[in-house]
Amino acid sequence: MSITPEQVTELEKKANDIRIDIVKSLAKAGTGHTAGPLDMADVFTTLYFYSMRHNPKKPDWEGRDRLVLSNGHICPVLYVTMAHAGYFAASQLDTLRVFGSSLQGHPHREYLPGIETSSGPLGSGLSQAVGMALADRIDNGKTSGKFFYCLMGDGETNEGQIWEAAMMAGKEQLGNLICVVDRNNIQIDGFTEDIMPLEPYADKWEAFGFHVISIDGHNIEEIADAIDQGKAVFEKPTMIIARTISSKGVPAWERDFHWHGKPPKDDELQVALDALKK
Amino acid sequence: MLNPKLKLNEKLFSEDCEKKPTRNGFGEGLVKAGKKNKQIVALCCDLTESVRMHFFKEAYPERFIEVGVAEQNLASVASGMAAMGKIPFAASYAMFNPGRNWEQIRTTVAYNNVPVKIVGGHAGVSVAQDGGTHQAIEDIAITRVIPRMEVIVPVDAHQADLATQAIAQTDAPTYIRLEKQKTRVITTPKTPFEIGRAQVLWEPETMSARVGIISCGSVTATVLDVAHYFEEKGIGVKVLNMHTIKPMDKEAVIALAKETERIVTVEEHQRAGGLGSAVAEVLVENHPVPMRMCGVDDVFGESGTADELLAKHGLDFNGIKEVVEDIMR
Repeated sequence: MSITPEQVTELEKKANDIRIDIVKSLAKAGTGHTAGPLDMADVFTTLYFYSMRHNPKKPDWEGRDRLVLSNGHICPVLYVTMAHAGYFAASQLDTLRVFGSSLQGHPHREYLPGIETSSGPLGSGLSQAVGMALADRIDNGKTSGKFFYCLMGDGETNEGQIWEAAMMAGKEQLGNLICVVDRNNIQIDGFTEDIMPLEPYADKWEAFGFHVISIDGHNIEEIADAIDQGKAVFEKPTMIIARTISSKGVPAWERDFHWHGKPPKDDELQVALDALKK
Repeated sequence: MLNPKLKLNEKLFSEDCEKKPTRNGFGEGLVKAGKKNKQIVALCCDLTESVRMHFFKEAYPERFIEVGVAEQNLASVASGMAAMGKIPFAASYAMFNPGRNWEQIRTTVAYNNVPVKIVGGHAGVSVAQDGGTHQAIEDIAITRVIPRMEVIVPVDAHQADLATQAIAQTDAPTYIRLEKQKTRVITTPKTPFEIGRAQVLWEPETMSARVGIISCGSVTATVLDVAHYFEEKGIGVKVLNMHTIKPMDKEAVIALAKETERIVTVEEHQRAGGLGSAVAEVLVENHPVPMRMCGVDDVFGESGTADELLAKHGLDFNGIKEVVEDIMR
């Protein structure tokens, strides 16, 4: 069954609320990354409120799907989405990157229940998701019903290890692996095609053995449908190339790579909140 | 004399002493561990027979994963499998695992706190003819510095077998260092092994010990030759097998230093950062005594026979004997 128009409307509102909490959390911390978390809000919302099988009250539930956030620096969107889903109290979002907080600057598995793997150093998440998917297949066969999600940044795929893992996912025909890459076209030093060109990007993933779906990463219906399709593809891992606009939701910051790695100051926060409340 | 309590190989000093590489002991131990625990999986980077993982692959093909020549992927795939309840043994040559994939081991294994067992084959200069690119002599240093990481260097094939079975039962991220060459078998199947518990292999029969030698890996057989030599000359030494570099048996190190007041360390590894450094870290804070370190002195390896290379780096009989004589002067 596909996502309904009512669900889409509800998730769009949810994604907007998540964006508001992302910018608040970052402004309070005074440190952290802004562009990626904002542009992945729609994907995270769809995953946690529509696609994934999980239980915020029982984060260790064995039957849950697993989500590996490979580009750990966009964790504000993960934290805020988890708080909205009920993993922890929203008040904790004020402690992002603070000494003693569960919300480490880059996610740490042992600090926050519901985080599947610690990440930050780029390029190793896909390998871990491949390992998880393989382990489940050894234990439960090809039709366990459990899915393994790996979220990556596009700049991150400069890393050679990503392609080592991609080769292996293709070799092992991991139909239980669904990847989403945040194709926002920016990385710290500039635009991806200037730093280290990725195109023809879909062709590359396809050549490595993936079922590739390119979508508008801000269209909830397209995101939900692509993930549903990924679940239905049995003989291959799925790569969803989510075309996103960096810092989506705050027009003044959109497409500007300078927002990759900095938080909003107080006056900038107001600009963002005004834009998001419209 | 050889410590009778440990039931060591009585033929150690004879011509017909059995020789076997530590990698073989590992391969046999892994099959036993895999039989006991179905959660054990084995991953390798296109070196399956070379690191002796083919025994496991033949016994449990459904639990063997060929990763190809991709050591970074190896470490992180193992991490992912461990997150799902597996106990992965991830193997390649030490130069690449933990050499090439150090950061993946640090972050996805140790920081993540999952029970991956990193298996580094072909360590040390005794890899010989392959030359310096393939002689890992920094691996102990780079693994022991990682929080939570346990580091094991079996003294011979029997001990590699027992150590493999032992580390399969812990939750700790672990590095186990293996060697390529056939080396003398020092222990027997009756010799106990416990992670973190050093073993006195040799002690003077009657006299007191004037020097304590702390050693790891197969070079320990040569250390025992040296101990035997001094015993015959009426000079007592004591030899400690430090098969676990981390967590180090500090009590044994301190007790040996208090007893002998002179310590020599021997390892097929850089002097910087390895066993010698780890022992020095313990002694400098607890019981500083004169110390010498036998090991590679800040240079790379090269091609040659194992004997030629060990001699060049002072890790042969004469090299170790001279250092022991020097510290007694």
